[in-house]
Amino acid sequence: MNFKLVIWRQHDPDDQGEFETSEVTGIDPESSFLEMLDQLNAKLGREKKHTVAFDSDCREGICGSCSLVIDGTPQGPHQVTACQTYMRDFIDGATIKVEPYRTNAMPVIRDLVTDRSALDRVIQAGGYISTTTGPQPDPNSMPIPPAVQEEAMDAAICIGCGACVAACPNGSAMLFTGAKVTHLNLLPQGQPERAERAFNMVNQMDEEGFGGCTNFGECSRVCPQEISLDVIGMLNREYRRGVAAQKPKHRAKMTAQ
Amino acid sequence: MITLDARTPEGPIENRWQTWLDQHRLVGPRNRAGKNVIVIGTGLAGSSAAASLAAQGFKVKSFCYQDSPRRAHSIAAQGGINATKDYANEGDSVRRLFVDTIKGGDFRSREANVWRLAQLSENIIDQAVAQGVPFNREYGGSLATRSFGGVLVQRTFYSRGQTGQQLMLGAYSALQHQVAAGNAQVFNRHEMLDVVLVDGVARGVIVRNLVTGEIERHAGDAVVLASGGYTNVYYLSTNAMGSNVTATWRAHKLGALMANPCFTQIHPTCIPQSGEYQSKLTLMSESLRNDGRIWVPRKTNEARPPGEIPEAERLYFLEERYPAYGNLAPRDIASRAAKGVCDDGLGVGGTGRGVYLDFRDAIAEHGRDSIEGKYGNLFDMYQKISGDNPYETPMMIYPAPHYAMGGLWVDYELQTTIPGLFAIGEANFSDHGANRLGASALMQTLADGYFVAPHTVTHYMTQSGDRVGTDDSAFDATQDKVESHIASLVDVGGSTVAQDFHREMGNVMLDKCGMSRTAEGLSEALAEVRRIKADFWSDLRVDPGVKELNQSLEYANRVSDFLELGELMCHDALRREESCGGHFREEHQTPDGEALRDDEHFAKVTAWQYRGDEGDPIPHDEQLTFEDVKLATRSYK
Repeated sequence: MNFKLVIWRQHDPDDQGEFETSEVTGIDPESSFLEMLDQLNAKLGREKKHTVAFDSDCREGICGSCSLVIDGTPQGPHQVTACQTYMRDFIDGATIKVEPYRTNAMPVIRDLVTDRSALDRVIQAGGYISTTTGPQPDPNSMPIPPAVQEEAMDAAICIGCGACVAACPNGSAMLFTGAKVTHLNLLPQGQPERAERAFNMVNQMDEEGFGGCTNFGECSRVCPQEISLDVIGMLNREYRRGVAAQKPKHRAKMTAQ
Repeated sequence: MITLDARTPEGPIENRWQTWLDQHRLVGPRNRAGKNVIVIGTGLAGSSAAASLAAQGFKVKSFCYQDSPRRAHSIAAQGGINATKDYANEGDSVRRLFVDTIKGGDFRSREANVWRLAQLSENIIDQAVAQGVPFNREYGGSLATRSFGGVLVQRTFYSRGQTGQQLMLGAYSALQHQVAAGNAQVFNRHEMLDVVLVDGVARGVIVRNLVTGEIERHAGDAVVLASGGYTNVYYLSTNAMGSNVTATWRAHKLGALMANPCFTQIHPTCIPQSGEYQSKLTLMSESLRNDGRIWVPRKTNEARPPGEIPEAERLYFLEERYPAYGNLAPRDIASRAAKGVCDDGLGVGGTGRGVYLDFRDAIAEHGRDSIEGKYGNLFDMYQKISGDNPYETPMMIYPAPHYAMGGLWVDYELQTTIPGLFAIGEANFSDHGANRLGASALMQTLADGYFVAPHTVTHYMTQSGDRVGTDDSAFDATQDKVESHIASLVDVGGSTVAQDFHREMGNVMLDKCGMSRTAEGLSEALAEVRRIKADFWSDLRVDPGVKELNQSLEYANRVSDFLELGELMCHDALRREESCGGHFREEHQTPDGEALRDDEHFAKVTAWQYRGDEGDPIPHDEQLTFEDVKLATRSYK
């Protein structure tokens, strides 16, 4: 198969950047999108031209390194990661546009590589259960109904790729944050920190420059893990609980006699 | 002569770890903030060790080449994690897990380490659940378990087919908690390029900031390598694209001995290769072998689709050959059997390098819903990659390089032969002998990271002396060495990208130092790898610009180390004149084609000393003794 690729080239964060057109020929239909880019880079290397920088690691859809926008859709047209997008699904001879994520909170580092460390900082604000290594209770002393485990797991499978943010017209990270809050807040282990978790993570999202949610639903539509919009509802609910918990508590005061 | 002393505590095996814990020295809570630990890699071992040490109050610097610590390749582990909870009331015990692991490793691992691993397995499950890891549950809400290859009990805990991901996110969140608490610092997009030694003791590391290209110096009281395994030496493997041997190899070149490098695992259930430019192979969890039946057509050049081949014309080769374990035979045995039937011309799929993994009978017996509940996401993944629906037509699988049992030699305290330098997880050679059992890698990485290294590293730091500053001349010298290596890669100025050399080398290694090896083939491989190395250094193309993000440079740098490792693996495989576990020398087999061990000469660990241009590497042996489990021929029949 042959393709014409229109790829975003940007030397560094301060560079203005521009599209560059290249052609690849003789591509195996069973090649993944990234393997097609590997072949482009091998060709560029032979021609002593600069190769295209893009992030990838596991190449099996679980590490979340992929961060391409293919023909306008984050991760590509099939709601799977770019590494699991195959050339057999494109028309031979097609022109394909490849861009990096474009959103304020995740700036471009070079070509198709973006800085997603803001997502780590959102997790640092509360995306964990505050326990440390040491003796813990036997898990069966705290039964968890399979339905609850399943629901938590449906949210916990988020791979943190950031496609949700890239797809959102507001650049919102609420699907990402909502998934983590849903995972932890549904489980009994997550109860003690439930309110402040949502509150702190939402504040950190704001600080990083992610936008708010206005229910476009683009995030869930592109999510390779098919995380449901329900997690955003959960995040809003938990955030209100967090706001309520911030108000000073009215305790009966003991007065000196 | 180097003597390899494992420094294992004396006494009955079940008490040794407690004996060690009771006697090790401690750092008082007030003094811990004055001690710095450097941890390389943020997979399960690295993240868990960094989080645990930070939680004790030590200052931890954690490094990963990925853009986030959560992306380390532990995230891709699927099937599960073993523990001796015996929730299924099958009479499971620490001793049984110990025996299974020693036997599964074909009697080439150290007894005391394996016992400790089995002992700690329960704690890992407790720790993970406390972090919020959503393991699968039974209807009553208790933890669910399933069985895995090479064992007769159900001791494997799992989160659907994404157990590695969930455990990884648990360890990652524990590390992020410590970052928030101010005890740990994570340096993402930083790659370690050398260890700094002062008077033979590890005192820090040189890393490259992959975004700016700056070379940075970091000093520490101890250095922990948790940089994973090296099966990317085969080019096509189930590892991530970036998985590399650089951290451990650079340590090896400084004097850390590399143990059993030829012990690599070829995993039986992977999606077969489809084309030349494929960049990696995808594993399908071994757990599928619980319900899937593996077969090939009995006649060669079978043209009928699998559904039309009648029962009598199917060869269920594992069930026939190993009736007791059947489809759950250990990985090395299942892989070789699959290779054997394909060598006989019975393989299926476009390349003839595939066997069927069939769920027809399981779906008929348990119903589609039950199978979907257990393996739904794996079936989806298979369909996404291959385009076939495994509920209707059998999967096709073939063995692929997956795991390195070999690695840096470590003693009982997981310290390498360089004082102050520790290796944990897949980076060390430790517990799996010549073959690793399924669901044991997650167990070992987390045992090392949560429960062993935090204590042994602490113990070491009570006697590590004063920290050396990054202005020491040793840092200057090591940084110069690193910079000149980078410059030499760029200066080759050829026109072939590193991936092409890597692919060529991988083909040689898989063919001649893979599932089946001969003295002749290994000698040829040595010569071919040397030739590829020479080509690499004369025609490599790397993008110019070392002070910027340069992925072609990162890749070339890693391949330069794989090329050297490949030679060492061939030396090791040549010297080990026996077959054991994943190391199968065709000269050493029983009349019916099973591995033939030579316990008299090779019941030992071979740890290699690097000599570089001065000559061939020098082997040193650690004799293995088996007092708590009897040396026996492994039989799964």
